[in-house]
Amino acid sequence: MKYICLICAEKVMEQMAKADADAHYEEYRKFTDDIRRSGHYVVCNRLLPAAEAITVRVRQGNIATTDGPFAETKEQFGGYYVIDVRDFNEAIQIAARIPGAAHGCVEVRPIAEDEQTLDVLGLR
Amino acid sequence: MANFTDKPGQDLQAQLGALYRNEAGRRVLATLIRLLGDFDRAEEALHDAFKAALEQWPKEGMPANPRAWLISAGRFKAIDKLRRDSRFDTLDEINETNEALITQFEDEGDEYFEDDRLRLIFTCCHPSLPPDAQIALTLREICGLTTEEIARAFLISPTSVAQRIVRAKAKIRAARIPYEVPEPQQLPERLDSVLKVVYLVFNEGYLATSGPELIRHDLSVEALRLGRLLLELLPGEPEIMGLLALMLLQDSRRDARISAHGDLILLEEQDRALWDKEKIGEGTKLVNAALTLPSVGVYTLQAVIAANHAMAASSEATDWLEIIRLYDLLLRIFPSPVIELNRAAAIAMRDGPQAGLELIDRLLGQGQLRDYHYLYAAKADFHRRLGETHEAIAAYRQAQRLVRQETERRFLERRLTELKK
Repeated sequence: MKYICLICAEKVMEQMAKADADAHYEEYRKFTDDIRRSGHYVVCNRLLPAAEAITVRVRQGNIATTDGPFAETKEQFGGYYVIDVRDFNEAIQIAARIPGAAHGCVEVRPIAEDEQTLDVLGLR
Repeated sequence: MANFTDKPGQDLQAQLGALYRNEAGRRVLATLIRLLGDFDRAEEALHDAFKAALEQWPKEGMPANPRAWLISAGRFKAIDKLRRDSRFDTLDEINETNEALITQFEDEGDEYFEDDRLRLIFTCCHPSLPPDAQIALTLREICGLTTEEIARAFLISPTSVAQRIVRAKAKIRAARIPYEVPEPQQLPERLDSVLKVVYLVFNEGYLATSGPELIRHDLSVEALRLGRLLLELLPGEPEIMGLLALMLLQDSRRDARISAHGDLILLEEQDRALWDKEKIGEGTKLVNAALTLPSVGVYTLQAVIAANHAMAASSEATDWLEIIRLYDLLLRIFPSPVIELNRAAAIAMRDGPQAGLELIDRLLGQGQLRDYHYLYAAKADFHRRLGETHEAIAAYRQAQRLVRQETERRFLERRLTELKK
């Protein structure tokens, strides 16, 4: 079963001191290599800071955009991993090893795999 | 199955009815959940199995192994039902379910059955479920309480209890929360979550955070039963011993805590002859056993404090020095403003109310516990002892504004009336 691990933190790489960011990148290299080898890895990406974001809504057919992310929280999404694991407990154990979990937090969410979703998204 | 007796005939129906909801029934349910891979399907199967027993046992006699009989009957009823429903479901789903159903249980040992009860506990108390849902699910599935009983105990509507349970089961299914005992390296953290649920259930019964009745007997009894069950399943776990001891020692004061008029009586004013010696004895024995083990946790330390109170002949004869030392230790491994408040009360007993007041003001200065009625009640008590009537009245009023529980509100009212004389 697939889960997405959404990494949230107050500081993303761009906001860290160079040496700290470099060390953090290396932690990610090691973690990502590990889960590739163990076969749990599906896909991952790092996001640019929330300041680079725009939020789009369509209301009555009009596009409305707002500067920044949709949630005004101190923590922002910094990246994500999609993993393929046995169950929720295994997902939690892998999420706990994501380097960002030690600084911010990681939200673990099951990915929908029902017939309709797979069909609509052309994933079958 | 120890709970079955050989008495045949008309008693059987009553016996089976009781068993359905008590421990024996819960054991069968725990195994059926594993075999059928689903809470609702297992509950239905359990129901069907008991119904079949009611029909067959009076005619054919009690089977040699009632538990195996019930599990087997429940499993076959579930398979039948799946077959009947199969034309409505997709083929894949059925195959997956059948795979789970094929699991052989006849040659599994007792140990595996015992593990089913642990699997059930750890699944109901999974940290990914909201605390309210963990409690409702635990009381429903492990203790066998009905939705209505849980609703009454927590003073909420049966509908909201049912919703919590339905949502929790849906999450277990959708997020694929496994039915398993955690790996040894995960055990301390996961056990912590279980112990928290048990202690919340106990406190809800013992302290009753809101509503007209101060002590809601049933929930404390259920919590003690859960504590004993955990210790039976995971013997030698120091924090289970600590929690069970803590609950026993607190519960030993149950009869002394409330007056004949239903009013709250504080520890220092309680008639210690009313304390339950048997529970104190059992609690103290457990604490001592827990203390011989290598790691000492928060429940054990709190139980040691409770044991110190239990052994003192009076409030004056209490070893406050030792109790303060224990609070210091507790704060070091588990920093918490509530424990600091308790420590302040102990300091006030040793060094006088002024010392207690200073600690409380420090807590308030740090922005801690500003909505906690016990803090204002303690503050008021210290002012009262110092003869500072004006400040005492103000603090009692503040506590009254925050208190939710009727008996405690009346206690504060009584103090206020005394002060205004």
